[in-house]
Amino acid sequence: MPVTGWIEVNDHYCKGCDICVAACPPNVIALNMERLTPKGYHPAHLVSEGCTGCGICAIVCPDAAITVYRETPQRTRQKITVQEIA
Amino acid sequence: MTTLHQINHQIVYQRPESLSDTNTHYCPGCTHGVAHRLVAEVLDEMGIREKTIGVAPVGCSVFAYKYFNMDFVEAAHGRAPAMATGVKRVLPQNTVYTYQGDGDLASIGMAEIMHVAARGENITVIFINNAIYGMTGGQMAPTTLPGMKTTSSPLGRDVELSGFPIRMSEMLATMDGAGYIARGSLHDAKHIRKAKKAIRIAFETQERGLGFSMVELLSSCPTNWKITPNEALDFIAEQMVPVFPLGEFKTNPELAKLRV
Ligand SMILES: Cc1ncc(C[n+]2csc(CCOP(=O)(O)OP(=O)(O)O)c2C)c(N)n1
Ligand code: SF4
Ligand code: SF4
Repeated sequence: MPVTGWIEVNDHYCKGCDICVAACPPNVIALNMERLTPKGYHPAHLVSEGCTGCGICAIVCPDAAITVYRETPQRTRQKITVQEIA
Repeated sequence: MTTLHQINHQIVYQRPESLSDTNTHYCPGCTHGVAHRLVAEVLDEMGIREKTIGVAPVGCSVFAYKYFNMDFVEAAHGRAPAMATGVKRVLPQNTVYTYQGDGDLASIGMAEIMHVAARGENITVIFINNAIYGMTGGQMAPTTLPGMKTTSSPLGRDVELSGFPIRMSEMLATMDGAGYIARGSLHDAKHIRKAKKAIRIAFETQERGLGFSMVELLSSCPTNWKITPNEALDFIAEQMVPVFPLGEFKTNPELAKLRV
C-alpha cells in the first residue's frame, strides 16, 4: 500500500501564493477559490487523494502555514513520533 | 481530521517554536518567510532559542523582531553588525545574529559588514540577497543584475553608468576573521534543504567560537520584480544563480568534522 499523508493549511498564515501548488510532486494541492481567509486570500487545500506526506509543500511555504502528517505503518501504530525533517 | 488519523499518524512537519504566532506582512510568496523559517528550525534543533538574540535591520525585514520568538533588538539602517558586535561582546555566552537585506548590508551598511568580518566578531549574519531594495519600492541595489529593470534603472542596469553587482560572500571570504561563508538559494525544496544546512553550520561556527559567519541567501521579491511568486523562483534559478554562484566560500577546518 502506498504511504498516505495529508496536510493542514492554517488560514492565519496562508497567503495563497501558489508556491506549494506548483511544488507538490503528485499535484494534489490547489488554491480554494470558494473560500477567503480573514486576510482575503484564497488558501491552499488538498484537492485529491495521493498525498504521500513528503513535506515538500511545507519546505517551500514562505509562511510556515502547512502542517504535514503521515500515516504510520501498521506495526508501529499507537506510537506517535514527532520527526523533524533535516 | 478523523480520530483514526489522530491516533495513527506522525507529524512530518510543523511550524517551528522559534517563530512567533504573528502572521508576517511580507507579500505573498516572498521568500523572506522561508529564510525566517529556516533560521527558526535551526535554532530549535540546536536548542538555543532561549539564549539567542537577533538584530533586525531596516528593509522589508524591519519587523523581524515580531516574527521570531526570541529576544531581538532593532538596528539603524546598515548598522546591525555594529550593534551585534556590542551585544555579543557584552553577552559572549549568548548567540547573536543579524538578519539583513542587500540594501542594508551591501549598500549603506558596507563598512559595518566588512569590518565586523575583519575583526572576526563571533556573530552570525543571515544575508538576504533579492537583487533589489524591496521596502522602498524596488530601486537598484548593489546586487542588481546587469540589465535588470528597477524603478531607478527603468531601462535596465547599465554597468557603464552604475557598475557591476557586488558579490559579498566572495569578498568576505578573503577576511582572516571569517570562519564560515556560504551562499545558498531559496528557489526550490532541494536548495532550501541545503540552505538550512549552511545556516546550521554558520550557527555552529559561532557556538564553537570560530569567528564571523555568514550565509547569503538568494531570495525572491515578486512584488518589485513584477512577476508571480512561482515566476520569481524561476528568476532566481535562471538569472541570479549564474551571477551569484552557490557554495561554501570559506570553511574553518574545524568545521569539517561536523555532521549536520
Ligand atoms: C538612513 C536611511 N537611509 C535610507 C532609508 C530608506 N530605506 C529603507 S529600506 C531601504 C533599502 C532596503 O533594501 P534591502 O536591504 O535590500 O531590503 P529588502 O527591503 O529588499 O528586504 C532603504 C534605502 C532608511 N530607512 N534609512
Ligand atoms: S506533503 Fe508532499 S504530497 Fe502531500 S500535499 Fe505536500 S507536497 Fe503534496
Ligand atoms: S517588497 Fe519584495 S522583499 Fe519586500 S515583502 Fe514584498 S516581495 Fe518581499
